[in-house]
Amino acid sequence: MAAPTMESTGSSTTPTQTVTIAKGLNMALRNAMERDPKVLVMGEDVGKLGGVFRITDGLQKDFGEHRVLDTPLAESGIIGTAIGLAMRGFRPVCEIQFDGFIFPGFDQIVSQLSKMHYRSQGKVKVPVVIRVPFGGGIGAVEHHSESPESLFAHVAGLKVVSCSNPVDAYWMLQQAIDCDDPVLFFEPKRRYWEKGQLDPEAEHLPLVSSAVLRTGSDVTVATYGPMVKTCMDAATAAEEDGNDIEVIDLRSLSPLDLGPVAESVRRTGRLVVVSESPPESSVTSEVATRVQQECFYSLEAPVLRVNGFDTPYPPSKLEEGYLPDLDRVLDAVDRSLAY
Amino acid sequence: MSPEHWTRPSRPDERDRIADTAVPAATSATPTREQVIAGLRATSEGGADLVQLLTPEGQRVSHPDFDIDITDEQLRGMYRDMVLVRRADREGNALQRQGQLGIWVPLLGQEAAQIGAGRALLPQDMAFPSYREHGVAWCRGIDPTELLGIFRGTDHGSWDPNETGMGLYTIVIGNQCVNATGYAMGQKFEGKVGNSGDDATANEATMVFFGDGATSQGDVHEGMVWASVYDAPVVFFCQNNQWAISEPTERQSRIPLYERAKGYGFPGIRVDGNDVLASLAVSRWAMNEARQGNGPLLIEAFTYRMDAHTTSDDATRYRMGDELEAWKLKDPIERLRVHLLREQIADQEFLDGVETEADELAARFRQFCVDMSDPPPERIFSAAYAEESPVVAAQREDYLDYLSGFADSGHDTEGSVR
Ligand SMILES: Cc1ncc(C[n+]2csc(CCOP(=O)(O)OP(=O)(O)O)c2C)c(N)n1
Repeated sequence: MAAPTMESTGSSTTPTQTVTIAKGLNMALRNAMERDPKVLVMGEDVGKLGGVFRITDGLQKDFGEHRVLDTPLAESGIIGTAIGLAMRGFRPVCEIQFDGFIFPGFDQIVSQLSKMHYRSQGKVKVPVVIRVPFGGGIGAVEHHSESPESLFAHVAGLKVVSCSNPVDAYWMLQQAIDCDDPVLFFEPKRRYWEKGQLDPEAEHLPLVSSAVLRTGSDVTVATYGPMVKTCMDAATAAEEDGNDIEVIDLRSLSPLDLGPVAESVRRTGRLVVVSESPPESSVTSEVATRVQQECFYSLEAPVLRVNGFDTPYPPSKLEEGYLPDLDRVLDAVDRSLAY
Repeated sequence: MSPEHWTRPSRPDERDRIADTAVPAATSATPTREQVIAGLRATSEGGADLVQLLTPEGQRVSHPDFDIDITDEQLRGMYRDMVLVRRADREGNALQRQGQLGIWVPLLGQEAAQIGAGRALLPQDMAFPSYREHGVAWCRGIDPTELLGIFRGTDHGSWDPNETGMGLYTIVIGNQCVNATGYAMGQKFEGKVGNSGDDATANEATMVFFGDGATSQGDVHEGMVWASVYDAPVVFFCQNNQWAISEPTERQSRIPLYERAKGYGFPGIRVDGNDVLASLAVSRWAMNEARQGNGPLLIEAFTYRMDAHTTSDDATRYRMGDELEAWKLKDPIERLRVHLLREQIADQEFLDGVETEADELAARFRQFCVDMSDPPPERIFSAAYAEESPVVAAQREDYLDYLSGFADSGHDTEGSVR
């Protein structure tokens, strides 16, 4: 697969600014709504409250109650009506309050959203975006810290993406809204307040592409979402031991852009795949399988994975043990190098 | 409108009533400001059908269908229940502010609804809670300290549902409604409804708790459909505290929630949820109906969430202070206190005694919380399956090995992995 080329941007004149991921998402929604009157924001508490994470802050005030809908408390209803609205030409962006609350809407996503274009052979488009704050590390109670992205990556007909920094938050969300396919948009909630430099004029990657964030020659680490920062920190720490780690942000989980990963593994000969989710039948399984298929003769070590565990998400006092941390990533790097 | 009248609700006159209810004209997609305001006013007063036995001023009033047989001692007991539960709740809030709990879900203002309902349950009954039911838990004999682990993050609920007759807290909105109906179907299939005779434990029923926001969920609707189709002995207890985080009840329904029951073919009734006597009377009646085999019922306890949704919520962003002030005048504890004093059912000495007990509970609650130790790492893996999974077993071994590696290398295990 060829390396994705940069897309150049429109002619916004806003200068570079320091923004959080949360702010990048908020700006993206605002831009999309300004550009296209058919873009709607809908979900529980997205209006006056601005969402429980304030991602939709101020939007209802500026765009009104028919563009930013505080919906009844029912996820099947949110997603199901978004599908109908999309069939009518709207581009709804649904907010699911927390990862663990998407399941009442799972049926609509799997049975309708993912299949509509296929079964109508392209006659019906459903450009629905479903935003899901996901992952752990915030000390929350049950159902507030899950990583269900693999369940959606498994469903044909959906695009599944995850941002890890403010620039991607800003661009990927707008691209997801512009995309004619349904997109599950996973936001790393524990990183919402991390800052970065955003230059709206700078070039940016297409939605479906992985990105090499740090080059290195010894081991490739592929990851996404909240684990990107952990892996970048691990790479910095690995330097002390004289290990040169390449870090790849997968960004798009389905479809996967394996190109940069395969290319990297051909150079380093080693791959560690990292995610918070339970490992069995997951995005990390997929990456590992495809890399061993495509890079078999380049591999110096088996592809290793660092994940959560195949248990329900534990009580929050245990989540730091459950979630991959810098040490567990480094441990896997060491094991890979030991082969 | 007598309870008897409701046992089979499909009479024509019942059906006609739906036409009388003030349903806003279905013209615009969103209710107009006027409709919302009208709705709020209607709701804050509860409407003509509200069952009330104790006014906000603490006056006993009678109701033709729900007069209640209650001893002075029981009245004092319910006062004590409410004061102690509120104190534990306030302490929960304080502990969160001090960083001892990750979050707390306050029940402030909903004590009467919960104690009234909880005291209507018999030991053999089953309760399915949502996550704010600290008062119901209290009535099921669950010590408030047992709630702490959920909010401190050491467990997902420590009590045994089979022993206590109380399910674990349910956070996914509305999920428990179908489970409760299934449980009630089981009670019926096992012949535990409609038995006559002297055995007080011969009959059972289930009560399920949820909020006004939850009534929008498919699971709640499906629970009600199943309950009616199978005539399950389940009482749906909706605490309408007026808000679902930032969304008012008008965002969920255009008709009073209790009236929805009609659509499922069983009775619905609205009770003053700040009146513990009315809540007890109506819940007792409803549970008896269910135990007798007369099928499901919906109770809408009309109440108010006097605190934020949780300690993470900022209620000032969506709710006006005036509203809270108005509801403070309907405080469930205050009205019973006034009643007890006025009728000389309790004296100052009794009230002081309850206060002292509350202080002791608060101190014990706090100490318990501060003393709680973190669970060991193997708890991550324990009981994920009833029959051990080889995958999980291997992950546990690997992980414990990995941790012990830190110990060998002189690393501080705690510090390194936490
Ligand atoms: C399925 C699901 N969606 C969203 C949430 C997030 N959430 C938690 S509480 C709440 C509002 C609940 O309101 P209500 O049912 O009225 O109960 P209350 O909290 O007022 O007692 C929401 C939206 C959730 N817990 N579960």
